[in-house]
Amino acid sequence: MSLRPQPKKKNAPVQLRAKPRPVNTRARLYVVLMVLVLGSTALIVRAVDLQVVRKDFYQEQGDARFLREMPIPVSRGTIYDRNGEPLAVSTPVASIWANPQELLEQSDKLPQLANALGIEVDALQTKLQQHSEKEFVYLKRQLNPDDADAIVKLGIAGVNAQREYKRYYPSGEVLAHVIGVTNVDDRGQEGLELAFDDWLAGTPGAEHVIRDNKGHTVEDVELLREPKPGRDLTLSIDRRIQYMAYRELKSAIIDHHAMSGSMVVLDVQTGEILAMVNQPSFNPNAHGNMDISFRRNRAITDVVEPGSTAKAFTMAAALESGKWTLASHVDTNPGWYKIATWTIHDVHNHGLLDLTGVITKSSNIGAAKIAETLSRDSLYDMFHRFGFGESTGSGFPGESPGLLPVVTAWGPVEKATISYGYGLNVTPLQLAQAYAALAHDGRIRAPTFVKGARNPDNAIIDPEIAHAVVKMLETVVQPGGTAYPMAVVSNYLVGGKTGTARMAHAGSYQNKYVSTFVGFVPASAPRFVGVVVIHDAQGLRYYGGDVSAPVFAKVMDGALRIMDVPPDNVQRWYAGGPATPVAPPSAAVGDDTAEEVP
Amino acid sequence: MKRIGAFVVLLLLIAVCASAIGVVYARQQSRLLFGELVRLNNERDDLNVEFGRLELEQATWAEPNRIEQVARGQLGMINPPPAATVLIKQ
Repeated sequence: MSLRPQPKKKNAPVQLRAKPRPVNTRARLYVVLMVLVLGSTALIVRAVDLQVVRKDFYQEQGDARFLREMPIPVSRGTIYDRNGEPLAVSTPVASIWANPQELLEQSDKLPQLANALGIEVDALQTKLQQHSEKEFVYLKRQLNPDDADAIVKLGIAGVNAQREYKRYYPSGEVLAHVIGVTNVDDRGQEGLELAFDDWLAGTPGAEHVIRDNKGHTVEDVELLREPKPGRDLTLSIDRRIQYMAYRELKSAIIDHHAMSGSMVVLDVQTGEILAMVNQPSFNPNAHGNMDISFRRNRAITDVVEPGSTAKAFTMAAALESGKWTLASHVDTNPGWYKIATWTIHDVHNHGLLDLTGVITKSSNIGAAKIAETLSRDSLYDMFHRFGFGESTGSGFPGESPGLLPVVTAWGPVEKATISYGYGLNVTPLQLAQAYAALAHDGRIRAPTFVKGARNPDNAIIDPEIAHAVVKMLETVVQPGGTAYPMAVVSNYLVGGKTGTARMAHAGSYQNKYVSTFVGFVPASAPRFVGVVVIHDAQGLRYYGGDVSAPVFAKVMDGALRIMDVPPDNVQRWYAGGPATPVAPPSAAVGDDTAEEVP
Repeated sequence: MKRIGAFVVLLLLIAVCASAIGVVYARQQSRLLFGELVRLNNERDDLNVEFGRLELEQATWAEPNRIEQVARGQLGMINPPPAATVLIKQ
């Protein structure tokens, strides 16, 4: 526009030469040109400034006004039992949050909101005031999604709902200790929820979205992080066996007015933990301010002295030494025996016993006299090989390794007391693992909570010796044994050992007892190992055979039926009568000695 | 020469118009599909909620405690005694 008229204007002065005031068109042209050049330069400079120099700043400011980074919540994996029954399920809930700055400006709506939330207006007001500097505060967490929707639909500006997940445990207190709990942010706090937290939790994703001024999402711009939902976990636990173990343990504890107890059921072949229960228990669905001692998984975190159940390992050491055979005898007359300044008692005088008899009658003197002939190193080594003094490797948080005193600290008295189960500490799970090794041809395998996760096994004793000890343990549940007939399971051969130990407290022993039974079924081809430990049974009957063995028998009876294990003791079956003898044990048999220790 | 130039310009003009309409169409499609995506995501979430609820409900009904009570109490079921059992040997 500016240059094209030029030729015409060149001609124009010729026609207008007569006019009094000649116009300097060239000068005007330059002025106009200058103005235009300056103007366009200014525009270009400004454009460069906006688009190039300060681009990032403006881009950021622009994005900040409509782009939002939104988290994509993921649900925590479900925990199943070995048959696919859900044990821990995450269900969506909604949490109500608010922008305090926005909400405080409309104080007339606070009473309505407080009413909907079910809290006091003053409390709401205080909460908002406390967070008035912030733009985010939770008003109420983990509501039913429908209730949360109703609150958001009140249409109060600045009040929003956010999806979260809450954990529900359909099995409640039956499995509370094993599974543990999560916190309000859905992270594992205890038990397997904690041990497998990384596996179960998944990673929340994030995306950029464009939102309009009312907060509605208009468009997904980009996915910043792919959400990875939590993975499911299938446990080795069988809910039905777990339930039976819980029921029987609980009723035994109530019947005997006992303080606490634990039971563990292991699969001998695979090392899978089929059941693990404790008393007292708690409800994991409402565990607010529960006494912390109710929440310990005692079967793994608490130790007991194994008492007479340790004699099986003393026998294994005796047979391995070659100094003793099944035909050897040990004289337990006259029912007491002195080592240095320490006197060991049997409840009765059993006279001359063979090795099997020491187990059947649970003779402390027999075990001590056998231990006397063995080197302390070989006895320590035997206990150590069976896993005592070391964590089992189950991976459970807070697992105790127990205590097996270092061998250099063993004097003659320590060696004697350890031979019948005093002066060392074991967890019920360790005891189950050790007896599973005996029942599994002398091969030890670390227990596991995960279905199908079979840990490698190691041979620790000669299979012949393991079989011999298993045969000895069968006599405990036959006439004359300390667990007969309490541990008898109809139509199945049972091997096991009772144990009764005085509870140690603050360095001394009290008149309180730990009643233990550990055994395996069917003894001819063991499938399950069960350990029952009951603390402080009241009354006259506190022996392991009286308190714990019946729990073992009832649970194993159910477990064998549930798992379709064929009976291996069918003579009684063909006889047709009730397989379980009903006669009470004679006083001469309930001979499981609680012994004091220096 | 001139006619070819004019033809090319015309062609480019048509191409520009076509691509402009194409952009509009694509944007519209994208909005529609996004709406569909949001709807399906919500539907998926709702179905997950329902599934979790049903799973819990099923677990509650299948609680061994309850089954045992129903079996023994209402249905009068018992564990078969050995006398009522025939053992089949292989």
